[in-house]
Amino acid sequence: MLTTALILLPALGALVVAVLPLPRTTTAGLAFFVALMEVGLWIVAATEFDFDGGGLQLGTSEEWVESLGISYSVGFYGFSLWLAGATVVVSAAAIGYALWVGRDRPRAYYALMLFLTGAVVATFASQDLLLFYVSFEAMLIPLYVLVGVWGGARRIAATLTFVVYTMAGSLLMLASVVAFGVTQGTFSLAESGTSDNVWIFLGFAIAFAIKAPIFPFHGWLPLAYREAPVEVTAVLSGVVSKTAIYGFLVIVLAKFPEPVDDLRGVVLVLAAAGLVYGSALAFRAADLRGIVAYSSMAQMGLITLGVFAFNDLGLDGAVLQSVCHALVSASMFLLVGMVERRCGTGDLDALGGMARGRPVLATMLLVAGMIALAVPGTATFAGEFLIMAGSYEQGWGYAVVVALGIVLAAMYTLRLISAVLHVRPGSAVRDEALDLRPGELALVLPLIASLLVLSAWPALVSESSFPDDEPERALTEGLP
Amino acid sequence: MSSIETPNVDWLALSPTLALLGASGIALLAAVLVPPWMRRGVGAGVALLGFVLAAVFAGIVFEDSPTPEPLLSESMIRDQLAAFAQVLLAVTGAVVVLLSWAQRKRDAGEYYALLTAAGAGMVFFVGADSLMTLFLGLEWFSLCLYVLVALDTDRATSLEAGLKYVIVGSFGSAILLFGSAFVYGATGELGFSSIASAGAGDEAFLVAGLAMILAGLAFKVSAAPFHMWTPDVYQGAPTSVTAFMSAATKTAALVVTLRLLVTAFPEESEIWTIAVAVIACISLAWGNLAALAQNDVKRLLAYSSISHAGFMLIAIAAGSERGAEALLYYLVPYSAMSVGAFAVVAARERELGTALTLESLAGLGWERPFFGIAMWVFMLGFAGFPLTGGFFGKLFVFSAAYDAGDWWLVLVGVAATAVSLAYYLNVVRWLYMRTAVGTPLVAVGGSPPRDPLLATAVGACVAVTVGSFFVVQPILDLAADAAASLPF
Repeated sequence: MLTTALILLPALGALVVAVLPLPRTTTAGLAFFVALMEVGLWIVAATEFDFDGGGLQLGTSEEWVESLGISYSVGFYGFSLWLAGATVVVSAAAIGYALWVGRDRPRAYYALMLFLTGAVVATFASQDLLLFYVSFEAMLIPLYVLVGVWGGARRIAATLTFVVYTMAGSLLMLASVVAFGVTQGTFSLAESGTSDNVWIFLGFAIAFAIKAPIFPFHGWLPLAYREAPVEVTAVLSGVVSKTAIYGFLVIVLAKFPEPVDDLRGVVLVLAAAGLVYGSALAFRAADLRGIVAYSSMAQMGLITLGVFAFNDLGLDGAVLQSVCHALVSASMFLLVGMVERRCGTGDLDALGGMARGRPVLATMLLVAGMIALAVPGTATFAGEFLIMAGSYEQGWGYAVVVALGIVLAAMYTLRLISAVLHVRPGSAVRDEALDLRPGELALVLPLIASLLVLSAWPALVSESSFPDDEPERALTEGLP
Repeated sequence: MSSIETPNVDWLALSPTLALLGASGIALLAAVLVPPWMRRGVGAGVALLGFVLAAVFAGIVFEDSPTPEPLLSESMIRDQLAAFAQVLLAVTGAVVVLLSWAQRKRDAGEYYALLTAAGAGMVFFVGADSLMTLFLGLEWFSLCLYVLVALDTDRATSLEAGLKYVIVGSFGSAILLFGSAFVYGATGELGFSSIASAGAGDEAFLVAGLAMILAGLAFKVSAAPFHMWTPDVYQGAPTSVTAFMSAATKTAALVVTLRLLVTAFPEESEIWTIAVAVIACISLAWGNLAALAQNDVKRLLAYSSISHAGFMLIAIAAGSERGAEALLYYLVPYSAMSVGAFAVVAARERELGTALTLESLAGLGWERPFFGIAMWVFMLGFAGFPLTGGFFGKLFVFSAAYDAGDWWLVLVGVAATAVSLAYYLNVVRWLYMRTAVGTPLVAVGGSPPRDPLLATAVGACVAVTVGSFFVVQPILDLAADAAASLPF
């Protein structure tokens, strides 16, 4: 029930927001209130959840299409509950940011944002292959319009590439879903067995590789992340990309053990390449969003390395890093948005010297940046260390690449920080550009505070994600 | 002198046809006898009543026909497949009456008389169980449609469309008739099941006949390469007629194709499954690629309907009960989306007073939120997005094809869907994200005309499109019952 409520609350909220002819700020306020209620609901769910018990919890299952074995079955494992938690927090922050900047056409905008939240939560809760596909696709509907209507100057091109890439993947996945479901006679993830068909495996793997994105399927990323409204990008890079990780875990690893075994090398090499390439691109990017966008790609490569290392360390690290990256990426993008609003540009050349007279902005950016670059003692360091240790078991070369990735992360993040805060005051930075307002601080602070809590206690996520904290066994012997 | 033996007539089974025929007659009389100011009201009211009655009667027949029974000396059949299609056709007709109300001011009596007559022909057609009644039904509704297409006599495009439709349609009918003659020659039988049990006398003649009948029906399904009339006719015809044709003609022709192939040619199934699969692939390729280049919205929807014919033919090509279920399910959201999309087009056409190009959709989503969202839903449904019945339609078609071992058809379908996204989402882009450049769009006569009936029709179509996603099993159960009346 609680899981269904988590999915339905934002969906119904979207409907209410879209239908009620309320004034602009009331609409935004209502949407923000729904988003906060969603966070509250998630906290209730988390307190109900028995993290030591493991297995699927808070589950419900209703027959949907009996003749094909399709059911509406939802529920959470430890890791998916954490991913859903990151989703509701990031969405609330994003909606709050939109409220702060006052997006046009509020009824449509907030309805779509809430709908997106519901779809992402539904994806993380899906325990039926078809329901997963449906939610996975449903995310695309609001994203398409959110980027296409409220995006920047090149938004049409951005939506086009975004949709072409993701739909190409999704349709391959649809073919795989059909093939897998019809062969198994059921679409239920709990009841279906494993498959050794490489083609079906590829359909899923490519769809998730595009969504994540993993090198070389990242062609849509730069344009979409740059052109989308910044809070939409925060959701996109923070949580929507993590649906791919969820798919890797519950579908690819759990259902295709043999193809995973055969093709693991390929995926690991691509993920490692993505990590290095994304980092290099982030280091070369000329604007704030470019840096954060490409760093996001690098991080997804890193997480994928952890996933496909397919051992306890790597999987624990991947989940921890997914949650952390959701929060870090969202805070970074929101901060970038706040800087862009003050200066009217995100070009590094035109920025600089913002630390002077803006202590709050400087502190927030610095703390978020330190967490992003995985300073020892932070949650991201814990995540990356676990992934490094996990990938070492697959070959020392991967561990070296991960270490290299950490070094590169330090380089591009410090470049961002110094380009905004230090060096000479840039041409776009005027004295009227104020420090963060209390409202803005209230949006970023909860994200950063959650990260600091996780930094103090990373085991909160990493040790309570899988039954008995044995992810490898859980995924090979069936999740429930 | 002994009395002539008359066949036993099952009036209930014929009641849907008779209700519509009666409505047609009354509407036609009303067009002459009723004072001019109330002709439109009487015509529309009678037509609506006729379609609703036909739907109700067909529903009763559906409930009341657990096993197929031959009618009228085995020239017709009473079964759940026919009744399922009849309900769908009648409901489609009723919705079309609603959306026609404000569009059709001139010749209203004749319009509704022809619409109900066409509906009666289709309802008759789907119950055909012999080549003779098949041809009769086909000509019956086609003749009505020829006139309906050309009804806007003050628009040259309407007349042109009517002429094209007559010529190409007659050609298709002639081929079908020729093929029927071949089949009769080969087997000496006209009844579907008799053809099957006759044992193929002359194999070559039978196969030639089968091919020609298939081609003739493909004209009506508007499957490529027999589709060339479709874009012109859909574009030129009055939009309400286009809405009716795109949904009802396709439903009728596909159901009859399914029945004919499965009942009359079970022995030749290896031939026709491949033939249908090939036609499906050509339709998918041609329809989708040509739709990419369209700027006129009605033409775009015409090509989209060709591609959907392809999807539904995949279900027939599966040649299985599962395929039949998939086809019948698909028809439900497809009819709703198709009628709904043309209804929105009709509303916008009336508002602007011009033919509709993509540019003239610019901003519709923001100016008319209801129509915008409806059109958005229909486009997503056509593209097979989740949260619309179009998704399950595609899913069932693909799983039927995969189940039948035609995995390559799944891949073709998936590729076609990918291409189709480009133009469906382009419509959404025009609705919400673009502004018209150069051509200022001024609504004729100030604020847009209110049209509550059309809005109701659109609302009903949205409800069916979205509802068929959430309420899948009940529709699928009905489709399964209907499919079970075929001898798989």
